[in-house]
Amino acid sequence: MSIIVNHLDHVFSPGTVFEKKALSDVSFKVENGEYIGLVGHTGSGKSTLVAHLNALLEPTGGGIYYDGVDIFSEGYDRKALRGKVGLVFQYPEHQLFEEDVFSDVCFGPKNLGLDRSEVELRAYDALKAVGVKDEHFYVSPFDISGGEKRRVAIAGVLAMKPEVLILDEPCAGLDPKGREEILSLVDDLHDNLGISVILVSHSMDDLAEHVHRILVIDGGKLVMDGEPREVFRHRPELDAMGLTVPEATAIMSDLKRMGLAVRDDLITVEEAKREILRVFGR
Amino acid sequence: MDLIKAKELIFEYVRRDKNGEVDGFKRAIDGISLSIKQGDFIAVLGANGSGKSTLAKHLNSLLHPTEGVVFVDGNDTADADKVWDIRKAVGMVFQNPENQMIGTIVEEDVAFAPENLGIESDRIKERVKESLDIVEMYEYRRSTPSKLSGGQKQRIAIAGVLAMHPKCIVLDEPTAMLDPEGRRDVIRAIRALNDVENITIILITHNMEEAIYANRIYVMDSGRIVMQGTPREVFSHVEELEQYRLSVPQVTRLAYDLRNAGLDIPPGILTRKELCEALCRS
Repeated sequence: MSIIVNHLDHVFSPGTVFEKKALSDVSFKVENGEYIGLVGHTGSGKSTLVAHLNALLEPTGGGIYYDGVDIFSEGYDRKALRGKVGLVFQYPEHQLFEEDVFSDVCFGPKNLGLDRSEVELRAYDALKAVGVKDEHFYVSPFDISGGEKRRVAIAGVLAMKPEVLILDEPCAGLDPKGREEILSLVDDLHDNLGISVILVSHSMDDLAEHVHRILVIDGGKLVMDGEPREVFRHRPELDAMGLTVPEATAIMSDLKRMGLAVRDDLITVEEAKREILRVFGR
Repeated sequence: MDLIKAKELIFEYVRRDKNGEVDGFKRAIDGISLSIKQGDFIAVLGANGSGKSTLAKHLNSLLHPTEGVVFVDGNDTADADKVWDIRKAVGMVFQNPENQMIGTIVEEDVAFAPENLGIESDRIKERVKESLDIVEMYEYRRSTPSKLSGGQKQRIAIAGVLAMHPKCIVLDEPTAMLDPEGRRDVIRAIRALNDVENITIILITHNMEEAIYANRIYVMDSGRIVMQGTPREVFSHVEELEQYRLSVPQVTRLAYDLRNAGLDIPPGILTRKELCEALCRS
Protein backbone atom coordinates (compact mmCIF):
# COMPACT_ATOMS: atom_id res chain seq x y z
CA MET A 1 0.00 0.00 0.00
CA SER A 2 1.17 3.51 -0.71
CA ILE A 3 -0.57 6.82 -1.20
CA ILE A 4 1.02 9.66 -3.11
CA VAL A 5 -0.62 13.05 -2.76
CA ASN A 6 0.72 15.12 -5.61
CA HIS A 7 0.36 18.93 -5.71
CA LEU A 8 -3.22 18.70 -4.53
CA ASP A 9 -5.38 21.84 -4.88
CA HIS A 10 -8.97 22.31 -3.92
CA VAL A 11 -10.98 25.45 -4.52
CA PHE A 12 -14.57 25.61 -3.28
CA SER A 13 -17.11 27.45 -5.45
CA PRO A 14 -14.56 28.56 -8.06
CA GLY A 15 -15.45 31.63 -10.09
CA THR A 16 -18.02 32.90 -7.57
CA VAL A 17 -17.81 35.48 -4.78
CA PHE A 18 -17.67 32.57 -2.34
CA GLU A 19 -14.50 31.17 -3.95
CA LYS A 20 -12.27 29.72 -1.27
CA LYS A 21 -8.96 27.99 -1.69
CA ALA A 22 -9.13 25.14 0.83
CA LEU A 23 -6.00 23.25 -0.21
CA SER A 24 -3.06 24.51 -2.14
CA ASP A 25 -0.17 22.50 -3.49
CA VAL A 26 -0.24 19.75 -0.88
CA SER A 27 2.23 16.91 -1.55
CA PHE A 28 3.30 13.98 0.63
CA LYS A 29 3.59 10.22 0.54
CA VAL A 30 2.18 7.63 2.93
CA GLU A 31 4.09 4.35 3.03
CA ASN A 32 2.84 0.99 4.16
CA GLY A 33 2.49 0.65 7.94
CA GLU A 34 3.01 4.31 8.81
CA TYR A 35 1.41 5.92 11.88
CA ILE A 36 0.77 9.55 11.11
CA GLY A 37 -0.78 12.44 13.02
CA LEU A 38 -2.59 15.16 11.10
CA VAL A 39 -3.03 18.50 12.85
CA GLY A 40 -4.29 21.96 12.05
CA HIS A 41 -6.80 24.34 13.58
CA THR A 42 -10.46 24.43 12.58
CA GLY A 43 -10.76 25.55 8.96
CA SER A 44 -7.13 24.75 8.10
CA GLY A 45 -8.13 22.26 5.41
CA LYS A 46 -7.56 18.96 7.28
CA SER A 47 -11.04 17.60 6.66
CA THR A 48 -10.94 18.66 3.02
CA LEU A 49 -7.67 16.78 2.65
CA VAL A 50 -9.03 13.68 4.37
CA ALA A 51 -12.11 13.71 2.13
CA HIS A 52 -9.82 13.54 -0.92
CA LEU A 53 -7.95 10.51 0.42
CA ASN A 54 -10.92 8.26 -0.16
CA ALA A 55 -12.29 10.20 -3.11
CA LEU A 56 -15.25 11.84 -1.39
CA LEU A 57 -14.07 15.10 -2.96
CA GLU A 58 -12.38 15.64 -6.31
CA PRO A 59 -9.41 17.97 -6.46
CA THR A 60 -9.45 21.09 -8.60
CA GLY A 61 -5.75 20.52 -9.29
CA GLY A 62 -3.10 17.85 -8.72
CA GLY A 63 -3.92 14.26 -7.91
CA ILE A 64 -3.72 11.24 -5.62
CA TYR A 65 -2.20 7.89 -6.50
CA TYR A 66 -3.15 4.77 -4.56
CA ASP A 67 -0.65 1.99 -5.20
CA GLY A 68 0.50 3.95 -8.19
CA VAL A 69 -2.94 4.39 -9.78
CA ASP A 70 -4.67 7.77 -10.13
CA ILE A 71 -7.82 7.47 -8.00
CA PHE A 72 -9.57 10.25 -9.92
CA SER A 73 -9.00 8.69 -13.34
CA GLU A 74 -12.01 7.54 -15.30
CA GLY A 75 -13.22 4.05 -14.47
CA TYR A 76 -11.28 3.84 -11.19
CA ASP A 77 -13.20 1.71 -8.71
CA ARG A 78 -13.87 4.27 -5.98
CA LYS A 79 -16.15 1.98 -4.05
CA ALA A 80 -13.29 -0.50 -3.62
CA LEU A 81 -11.02 2.39 -2.63
CA ARG A 82 -13.42 3.37 0.15
CA GLY A 83 -13.09 -0.16 1.49
CA LYS A 84 -9.31 0.09 1.46
CA VAL A 85 -9.12 3.60 2.92
CA GLY A 86 -11.37 3.41 5.96
CA LEU A 87 -12.62 6.70 7.34
CA VAL A 88 -13.87 6.96 10.91
CA PHE A 89 -15.69 10.27 11.27
CA GLN A 90 -15.98 12.33 14.42
CA TYR A 91 -18.56 10.90 16.83
CA PRO A 92 -18.92 7.81 14.58
CA GLU A 93 -21.41 6.28 17.01
CA HIS A 94 -24.01 8.75 15.70
CA GLN A 95 -24.07 6.61 12.57
CA LEU A 96 -25.04 3.38 14.32
CA PHE A 97 -28.55 2.41 13.30
CA GLU A 98 -29.14 -1.34 13.20
CA GLU A 99 -31.18 -3.44 15.63
CA ASP A 100 -28.14 -5.02 17.20
CA VAL A 101 -24.39 -4.50 17.32
CA PHE A 102 -23.52 -7.44 15.07
CA SER A 103 -25.89 -6.41 12.25
CA ASP A 104 -24.52 -2.90 12.40
CA VAL A 105 -20.97 -4.10 11.81
CA CYS A 106 -22.20 -6.36 8.98
CA PHE A 107 -23.63 -3.38 7.09
CA GLY A 108 -20.37 -2.31 5.41
CA PRO A 109 -19.09 -5.67 4.18
CA LYS A 110 -22.65 -6.62 3.09
CA ASN A 111 -22.59 -3.60 0.79
CA LEU A 112 -19.33 -4.79 -0.71
CA GLY A 113 -21.43 -7.68 -2.09
CA LEU A 114 -19.63 -10.43 -0.15
CA ASP A 115 -21.42 -13.66 0.66
CA ARG A 116 -23.06 -14.03 4.00
CA SER A 117 -20.50 -16.25 5.71
CA GLU A 118 -17.68 -13.91 4.71
CA VAL A 119 -19.68 -10.89 5.94
CA GLU A 120 -20.32 -12.51 9.31
CA LEU A 121 -16.76 -13.71 9.68
CA ARG A 122 -15.49 -10.20 9.05
CA ALA A 123 -17.96 -8.67 11.50
CA TYR A 124 -16.94 -11.19 14.13
CA ASP A 125 -13.22 -10.54 13.60
CA ALA A 126 -13.71 -6.77 13.65
CA LEU A 127 -15.73 -6.83 16.88
CA LYS A 128 -13.09 -9.06 18.46
CA ALA A 129 -10.30 -6.76 17.26
CA VAL A 130 -11.86 -3.71 18.96
CA GLY A 131 -12.55 -5.65 22.15
CA VAL A 132 -16.36 -5.59 22.25
CA LYS A 133 -17.58 -8.17 24.74
CA ASP A 134 -19.35 -11.25 23.31
CA GLU A 135 -22.45 -10.61 25.38
CA HIS A 136 -22.88 -7.26 23.65
CA PHE A 137 -22.96 -8.67 20.10
CA TYR A 138 -26.72 -9.00 20.00
CA VAL A 139 -27.84 -6.05 22.12
CA SER A 140 -29.03 -2.77 20.65
CA PRO A 141 -26.13 -0.41 19.90
CA PHE A 142 -28.07 2.20 21.88
CA ASP A 143 -27.91 0.21 25.08
CA ILE A 144 -24.12 0.12 25.45
CA SER A 145 -21.79 2.75 26.92
CA GLY A 146 -20.39 5.67 24.93
CA GLY A 147 -16.88 4.23 24.74
CA GLU A 148 -18.19 0.86 23.59
CA LYS A 149 -20.46 2.45 20.96
CA ARG A 150 -17.41 4.10 19.51
CA ARG A 151 -15.61 0.75 19.36
CA VAL A 152 -18.56 -0.74 17.50
CA ALA A 153 -18.46 2.14 15.01
CA ILE A 154 -14.74 1.58 14.46
CA ALA A 155 -15.42 -2.16 14.01
CA GLY A 156 -17.88 -1.23 11.26
CA VAL A 157 -15.03 0.34 9.33
CA LEU A 158 -12.56 -2.44 10.17
CA ALA A 159 -14.95 -5.02 8.78
CA MET A 160 -14.24 -3.50 5.36
CA LYS A 161 -10.64 -4.74 5.85
CA PRO A 162 -9.03 -1.37 5.22
CA GLU A 163 -5.33 -1.03 4.49
CA VAL A 164 -5.36 2.53 5.76
CA LEU A 165 -7.46 3.79 8.63
CA ILE A 166 -8.15 7.50 9.01
CA LEU A 167 -9.65 8.52 12.35
CA ASP A 168 -10.99 12.04 12.87
CA GLU A 169 -10.70 12.93 16.57
CA PRO A 170 -11.52 9.41 17.74
CA CYS A 171 -11.32 10.43 21.40
CA ALA A 172 -13.61 13.48 21.33
CA GLY A 173 -16.07 13.47 24.22
CA LEU A 174 -14.58 10.47 26.02
CA ASP A 175 -13.37 10.47 29.60
CA PRO A 176 -9.58 10.29 30.17
CA LYS A 177 -9.57 6.53 30.61
CA GLY A 178 -11.76 6.09 27.52
CA ARG A 179 -9.31 8.21 25.51
CA GLU A 180 -6.45 6.01 26.62
CA GLU A 181 -8.40 2.86 25.72
CA ILE A 182 -9.26 4.07 22.21
CA LEU A 183 -5.69 5.19 21.54
CA SER A 184 -4.26 1.90 22.71
CA LEU A 185 -6.79 0.16 20.45
CA VAL A 186 -5.52 2.24 17.51
CA ASP A 187 -1.94 1.30 18.49
CA ASP A 188 -2.94 -2.37 18.41
CA LEU A 189 -4.60 -2.08 15.00
CA HIS A 190 -1.44 -0.48 13.69
CA ASP A 191 1.04 -2.83 15.37
CA ASN A 192 -0.82 -6.14 15.08
CA LEU A 193 -2.92 -5.84 11.92
CA GLY A 194 -0.32 -3.83 10.03
CA ILE A 195 -2.84 -1.13 9.11
CA SER A 196 -1.46 2.31 8.23
CA VAL A 197 -3.06 4.92 10.45
CA ILE A 198 -3.73 8.62 10.01
CA LEU A 199 -4.90 10.13 13.28
CA VAL A 200 -6.51 13.56 13.11
CA SER A 201 -6.18 15.11 16.56
CA HIS A 202 -5.92 18.41 18.41
CA SER A 203 -4.13 16.80 21.33
CA MET A 204 -0.40 17.22 20.92
CA ASP A 205 0.09 15.20 24.11
CA ASP A 206 -1.68 12.23 22.52
CA LEU A 207 0.22 12.59 19.26
CA ALA A 208 3.57 12.78 21.08
CA GLU A 209 2.78 9.48 22.81
CA HIS A 210 1.51 7.59 19.77
CA VAL A 211 2.35 8.62 16.21
CA HIS A 212 5.68 8.41 14.37
CA ARG A 213 5.19 11.31 11.98
CA ILE A 214 3.17 14.53 12.06
CA LEU A 215 1.72 16.55 9.20
CA VAL A 216 0.74 20.13 10.04
CA ILE A 217 -1.77 21.88 7.80
CA ASP A 218 -2.26 25.64 7.99
CA GLY A 219 -4.24 27.82 5.61
CA GLY A 220 -4.63 24.90 3.19
CA LYS A 221 -0.89 24.29 2.93
CA LEU A 222 1.22 21.48 4.30
CA VAL A 223 3.62 23.53 6.44
CA MET A 224 5.39 20.84 8.45
CA ASP A 225 6.05 17.16 7.88
CA GLY A 226 8.38 15.29 10.17
CA GLU A 227 8.94 13.21 13.27
CA PRO A 228 7.06 14.50 16.33
CA ARG A 229 10.30 15.55 18.04
CA GLU A 230 11.30 17.56 15.00
CA VAL A 231 7.88 19.21 14.57
CA PHE A 232 7.60 20.14 18.25
CA ARG A 233 10.90 22.03 18.10
CA HIS A 234 8.94 24.76 16.35
CA ARG A 235 6.95 26.09 19.27
CA PRO A 236 6.72 29.73 18.10
CA GLU A 237 5.55 28.73 14.62
CA LEU A 238 2.97 26.33 16.06
CA ASP A 239 1.77 29.03 18.47
CA ALA A 240 1.32 31.41 15.57
CA MET A 241 -0.94 28.83 13.88
CA GLY A 242 -3.12 28.52 16.99
CA LEU A 243 -1.59 25.15 17.82
CA THR A 244 0.42 24.04 20.81
CA VAL A 245 3.28 21.76 21.76
CA PRO A 246 2.93 18.86 24.23
CA GLU A 247 2.84 19.97 27.86
CA ALA A 248 6.13 18.12 28.51
CA THR A 249 7.85 20.09 25.74
CA ALA A 250 6.52 23.37 27.14
CA ILE A 251 7.72 22.48 30.64
CA MET A 252 11.22 21.62 29.46
CA SER A 253 11.61 24.78 27.44
CA ASP A 254 10.34 26.88 30.38
CA LEU A 255 12.85 25.17 32.67
CA LYS A 256 15.66 25.84 30.24
CA ARG A 257 14.66 29.49 30.03
CA MET A 258 14.76 29.68 33.82
CA GLY A 259 18.38 28.54 33.71
CA LEU A 260 18.18 24.81 34.34
CA ALA A 261 20.54 22.84 32.08
CA VAL A 262 17.93 20.48 30.63
CA ARG A 263 17.27 19.19 27.12
CA ASP A 264 14.29 20.93 25.60
CA ASP A 265 13.57 18.52 22.75
CA LEU A 266 11.55 16.08 24.85
CA ILE A 267 7.92 15.36 24.08
CA THR A 268 6.41 12.97 26.62
CA VAL A 269 5.94 13.15 30.40
CA GLU A 270 8.06 10.02 30.79
CA GLU A 271 10.99 11.57 28.88
CA ALA A 272 10.67 14.81 30.83
CA LYS A 273 10.69 12.90 34.09
CA ARG A 274 13.87 10.99 33.21
CA GLU A 275 15.65 14.14 32.09
CA ILE A 276 14.75 16.13 35.20
CA LEU A 277 15.83 13.26 37.45
CA ARG A 278 19.10 13.01 35.52
CA VAL A 279 19.80 16.72 36.01
CA PHE A 280 19.06 16.39 39.70
CA GLY A 281 21.39 13.37 39.92
CA ARG A 282 18.70 10.82 40.78
CA MET B 1 -28.28 32.06 50.89
CA ASP B 2 -27.11 29.34 48.53
CA LEU B 3 -27.85 29.90 44.87
CA ILE B 4 -28.23 26.18 44.24
CA LYS B 5 -28.97 23.58 46.82
CA ALA B 6 -29.61 19.87 46.29
CA LYS B 7 -30.66 17.57 49.10
CA GLU B 8 -30.45 13.80 48.78
CA LEU B 9 -31.22 14.02 45.08
CA ILE B 10 -32.09 10.74 43.39
CA PHE B 11 -33.02 10.38 39.75
CA GLU B 12 -34.13 7.21 38.00
CA TYR B 13 -34.66 6.72 34.30
CA VAL B 14 -37.42 4.40 33.22
CA ARG B 15 -36.09 1.84 30.79
CA ARG B 16 -38.49 0.57 28.16
CA ASP B 17 -38.28 -2.42 25.85
CA LYS B 18 -39.01 -2.39 22.09
CA ASN B 19 -42.77 -2.39 22.67
CA GLY B 20 -42.59 0.57 25.02
CA GLU B 21 -43.28 -1.54 28.09
CA VAL B 22 -41.47 -0.62 31.29
CA ASP B 23 -38.41 -2.83 31.46
CA GLY B 24 -36.81 -1.54 34.64
CA PHE B 25 -35.20 1.51 36.20
CA LYS B 26 -31.72 2.92 36.04
CA ARG B 27 -30.54 5.12 38.86
CA ALA B 28 -28.50 7.91 37.26
CA ILE B 29 -28.23 10.09 40.37
CA ASP B 30 -27.90 8.30 43.64
CA GLY B 31 -28.17 10.61 46.62
CA ILE B 32 -26.43 13.89 45.88
CA SER B 33 -26.41 16.79 48.30
CA LEU B 34 -24.56 19.98 47.45
CA SER B 35 -24.74 23.71 47.87
CA ILE B 36 -23.34 26.28 45.50
CA LYS B 37 -22.99 29.98 46.27
CA GLN B 38 -23.30 32.99 44.00
CA GLY B 39 -19.91 33.57 42.35
CA ASP B 40 -18.63 30.02 42.76
CA PHE B 41 -16.72 28.39 39.92
CA ILE B 42 -17.44 24.68 40.11
CA ALA B 43 -15.91 22.01 37.89
CA VAL B 44 -17.68 18.65 37.67
CA LEU B 45 -15.52 15.70 36.61
CA GLY B 46 -16.52 12.10 36.08
CA ALA B 47 -16.40 9.24 33.60
CA ASN B 48 -18.86 8.94 30.72
CA GLY B 49 -22.12 7.75 32.23
CA SER B 50 -21.30 8.89 35.77
CA GLY B 51 -24.34 11.18 35.92
CA LYS B 52 -22.79 14.61 35.27
CA SER B 53 -25.17 15.68 32.53
CA THR B 54 -28.17 14.29 34.38
CA LEU B 55 -27.19 16.38 37.38
CA ALA B 56 -26.76 19.45 35.16
CA LYS B 57 -30.27 19.04 33.76
CA HIS B 58 -31.68 19.19 37.27
CA LEU B 59 -30.21 22.63 37.78
CA ASN B 60 -32.53 24.38 35.37
CA SER B 61 -35.56 22.21 35.72
CA LEU B 62 -35.08 20.17 32.54
CA LEU B 63 -35.31 17.10 34.76
CA HIS B 64 -37.05 16.75 38.10
CA PRO B 65 -35.89 14.64 41.05
CA THR B 66 -37.33 11.17 41.56
CA GLU B 67 -36.57 11.72 45.23
CA GLY B 68 -35.02 14.59 47.14
CA VAL B 69 -35.16 18.28 46.21
CA VAL B 70 -33.25 20.86 44.22
CA PHE B 71 -33.59 24.56 45.00
CA VAL B 72 -32.42 27.24 42.61
CA ASP B 73 -32.40 30.80 43.87
CA GLY B 74 -34.87 29.77 46.57
CA ASN B 75 -37.28 28.06 44.14
CA ASP B 76 -38.04 24.34 44.13
CA THR B 77 -37.24 23.04 40.62
CA ALA B 78 -40.19 20.65 40.80
CA ASP B 79 -42.58 23.59 41.19
CA ALA B 80 -44.11 24.02 37.73
CA ASP B 81 -44.94 27.71 38.39
CA LYS B 82 -41.26 28.54 38.94
CA VAL B 83 -39.81 26.90 35.84
CA TRP B 84 -39.33 30.15 33.95
CA ASP B 85 -37.77 31.94 36.93
CA ILE B 86 -35.39 29.03 37.31
CA ARG B 87 -34.44 28.94 33.63
CA LYS B 88 -33.84 32.68 33.72
CA ALA B 89 -31.52 32.25 36.67
CA VAL B 90 -29.59 29.26 35.28
CA GLY B 91 -28.60 29.18 31.61
CA MET B 92 -27.17 26.14 29.88
CA VAL B 93 -24.53 25.74 27.20
CA PHE B 94 -24.09 22.35 25.54
CA GLN B 95 -21.27 20.52 23.80
CA ASN B 96 -22.31 21.33 20.25
CA PRO B 97 -23.02 25.06 19.83
CA GLU B 98 -24.86 24.42 16.57
CA ASN B 99 -27.61 22.71 18.51
CA GLN B 100 -28.53 25.97 20.19
CA MET B 101 -28.19 28.47 17.35
CA ILE B 102 -31.35 29.83 15.83
CA GLY B 103 -30.56 33.22 14.33
CA THR B 104 -29.25 33.71 10.82
CA ILE B 105 -26.93 36.45 11.99
CA VAL B 106 -25.06 36.60 15.28
CA GLU B 107 -26.87 39.53 16.87
CA GLU B 108 -30.28 38.04 16.11
CA ASP B 109 -29.20 34.82 17.69
CA VAL B 110 -28.03 36.53 20.86
CA ALA B 111 -31.23 38.61 20.99
CA PHE B 112 -33.44 35.52 20.94
CA ALA B 113 -33.64 34.99 24.70
CA PRO B 114 -34.25 38.62 25.77
CA GLU B 115 -36.87 38.95 23.01
CA ASN B 116 -38.67 36.00 24.52
CA LEU B 117 -38.45 37.56 27.93
CA GLY B 118 -40.45 40.48 26.49
CA ILE B 119 -37.76 43.08 27.00
CA GLU B 120 -38.09 46.35 25.06
CA SER B 121 -35.96 46.65 21.96
CA ASP B 122 -33.53 49.37 23.12
CA ARG B 123 -32.68 47.32 26.17
CA ILE B 124 -32.26 44.23 23.99
CA LYS B 125 -29.68 46.04 21.88
CA GLU B 126 -27.74 46.97 24.99
CA ARG B 127 -27.85 43.42 26.27
CA VAL B 128 -26.71 42.01 22.94
CA LYS B 129 -23.80 44.43 22.82
CA GLU B 130 -22.69 43.82 26.38
CA SER B 131 -23.01 40.02 25.99
CA LEU B 132 -20.99 39.98 22.79
CA ASP B 133 -18.41 42.30 24.35
CA ILE B 134 -17.85 39.96 27.28
CA VAL B 135 -17.10 37.00 25.00
CA GLU B 136 -15.08 39.28 22.66
CA MET B 137 -17.32 38.64 19.66
CA TYR B 138 -18.94 42.07 19.11
CA GLU B 139 -17.07 42.63 15.86
CA TYR B 140 -18.77 39.50 14.49
CA ARG B 141 -22.30 40.74 15.28
CA ARG B 142 -23.27 40.86 11.59
CA SER B 143 -21.71 37.50 10.70
CA THR B 144 -23.54 34.30 9.86
CA PRO B 145 -23.02 31.80 12.71
CA SER B 146 -22.34 28.96 10.27
CA LYS B 147 -19.30 30.82 8.89
CA LEU B 148 -17.63 31.03 12.31
CA SER B 149 -15.15 28.59 13.85
CA GLY B 150 -16.22 26.17 16.58
CA GLY B 151 -14.76 28.31 19.36
CA GLN B 152 -16.45 31.42 18.02
CA LYS B 153 -19.80 29.61 17.73
CA GLN B 154 -19.48 28.40 21.29
CA ARG B 155 -18.81 31.95 22.48
CA ILE B 156 -21.92 33.10 20.62
CA ALA B 157 -23.89 30.38 22.41
CA ILE B 158 -22.52 31.68 25.71
CA ALA B 159 -23.44 35.26 24.75
CA GLY B 160 -26.97 34.05 23.95
CA VAL B 161 -27.28 32.73 27.48
CA LEU B 162 -25.63 35.82 28.97
CA ALA B 163 -28.20 38.08 27.34
CA MET B 164 -30.77 36.61 29.74
CA HIS B 165 -28.71 38.00 32.63
CA PRO B 166 -28.51 34.64 34.40
CA LYS B 167 -27.04 34.23 37.86
CA CYS B 168 -25.46 30.95 36.87
CA ILE B 169 -24.33 29.26 33.69
CA VAL B 170 -24.00 25.49 33.42
CA LEU B 171 -21.65 24.41 30.63
CA ASP B 172 -21.75 20.75 29.64
CA GLU B 173 -18.43 19.93 27.94
CA PRO B 174 -18.35 23.21 26.03
CA THR B 175 -14.87 22.62 24.60
CA ALA B 176 -15.09 18.95 23.61
CA MET B 177 -15.40 19.72 19.91
CA LEU B 178 -12.96 22.64 19.74
CA ASP B 179 -9.36 23.05 18.64
CA PRO B 180 -6.75 24.33 21.14
CA GLU B 181 -7.30 27.97 20.23
CA GLY B 182 -11.08 27.59 20.47
CA ARG B 183 -10.72 25.93 23.84
CA ARG B 184 -8.47 28.66 25.13
CA ASP B 185 -10.83 31.43 24.03
CA VAL B 186 -13.91 29.74 25.48
CA ILE B 187 -12.20 29.06 28.80
CA ARG B 188 -10.96 32.65 28.91
CA ALA B 189 -14.51 33.89 28.34
CA ILE B 190 -15.86 31.62 31.08
CA ARG B 191 -13.26 32.84 33.55
CA ALA B 192 -14.09 36.45 32.73
CA LEU B 193 -17.79 35.83 33.40
CA ASN B 194 -16.88 34.51 36.79
CA ASP B 195 -14.16 37.02 37.74
CA VAL B 196 -15.67 40.18 36.31
CA GLU B 197 -19.41 39.57 36.28
CA ASN B 198 -19.50 37.32 39.36
CA ILE B 199 -21.65 34.80 37.48
CA THR B 200 -21.69 31.35 39.03
CA ILE B 201 -20.08 28.82 36.71
CA ILE B 202 -20.67 25.09 36.67
CA LEU B 203 -18.30 23.54 34.16
CA ILE B 204 -18.62 19.89 33.22
CA THR B 205 -15.49 18.72 31.48
CA HIS B 206 -13.28 15.77 30.61
CA ASN B 207 -10.31 18.07 30.23
CA MET B 208 -8.46 18.12 33.53
CA GLU B 209 -6.45 21.21 32.55
CA GLU B 210 -9.67 23.23 32.40
CA ALA B 211 -10.70 22.25 35.90
CA ILE B 212 -7.77 23.98 37.60
CA TYR B 213 -9.51 27.38 37.35
CA ALA B 214 -12.42 26.24 39.51
CA ASN B 215 -12.56 27.08 43.19
CA ARG B 216 -14.17 23.70 43.84
CA ILE B 217 -14.21 20.38 42.01
CA TYR B 218 -16.83 17.69 42.38
CA VAL B 219 -15.87 14.23 41.14
CA MET B 220 -18.78 11.97 40.24
CA ASP B 221 -18.93 8.20 39.93
CA SER B 222 -22.04 6.05 39.48
CA GLY B 223 -24.38 8.92 40.28
CA ARG B 224 -22.62 9.94 43.49
CA ILE B 225 -20.19 12.67 44.44
CA VAL B 226 -17.13 10.70 45.48
CA MET B 227 -14.51 13.44 45.88
CA GLN B 228 -14.68 17.18 46.36
CA GLY B 229 -12.31 19.99 47.20
CA THR B 230 -10.12 22.63 45.64
CA PRO B 231 -8.29 21.62 42.45
CA ARG B 232 -5.09 21.32 44.47
CA GLU B 233 -6.73 18.95 46.95
CA VAL B 234 -8.50 16.82 44.36
CA PHE B 235 -5.56 16.58 41.96
CA SER B 236 -3.24 15.44 44.78
CA HIS B 237 -5.08 12.11 44.68
CA VAL B 238 -3.69 10.84 41.40
CA GLU B 239 -4.40 7.16 41.95
CA GLU B 240 -7.88 7.65 43.34
CA LEU B 241 -8.83 9.71 40.27
CA GLU B 242 -7.57 6.97 37.99
CA GLN B 243 -9.97 4.56 39.68
CA TYR B 244 -12.78 6.81 38.50
CA ARG B 245 -11.47 6.72 34.89
CA LEU B 246 -10.08 10.24 35.28
CA SER B 247 -6.58 11.65 35.20
CA VAL B 248 -4.75 14.77 36.35
CA PRO B 249 -3.24 17.58 34.26
CA GLN B 250 0.02 16.46 32.59
CA VAL B 251 2.09 18.87 34.67
CA THR B 252 0.47 17.55 37.86
CA ARG B 253 1.32 14.01 36.77
CA LEU B 254 4.94 14.91 36.12
CA ALA B 255 5.25 16.71 39.46
CA TYR B 256 3.69 13.71 41.21
CA ASP B 257 6.17 11.29 39.59
CA LEU B 258 9.13 13.54 40.43
CA ARG B 259 7.97 13.86 44.02
CA ASN B 260 7.64 10.08 44.28
CA ALA B 261 11.19 9.77 42.93
CA GLY B 262 12.37 11.84 45.89
CA LEU B 263 12.55 15.41 44.57
CA ASP B 264 11.50 18.17 46.95
CA ILE B 265 8.26 19.27 45.27
CA PRO B 266 5.02 20.13 47.07
CA PRO B 267 1.93 17.98 46.32
CA GLY B 268 -0.85 19.16 44.04
CA ILE B 269 1.14 21.22 41.52
CA LEU B 270 -1.31 22.65 38.96
CA THR B 271 0.65 24.83 36.54
CA ARG B 272 3.93 24.81 34.64
CA LYS B 273 4.97 27.91 36.51
CA GLU B 274 4.52 26.22 39.90
CA LEU B 275 6.51 23.19 38.80
CA CYS B 276 9.35 25.24 37.30
CA GLU B 277 9.61 27.40 40.41
CA ALA B 278 9.61 24.37 42.69
CA LEU B 279 12.37 22.75 40.62
CA CYS B 280 14.48 25.90 40.50
CA ARG B 281 14.28 26.19 44.30
CA SER B 282 15.34 22.60 44.97
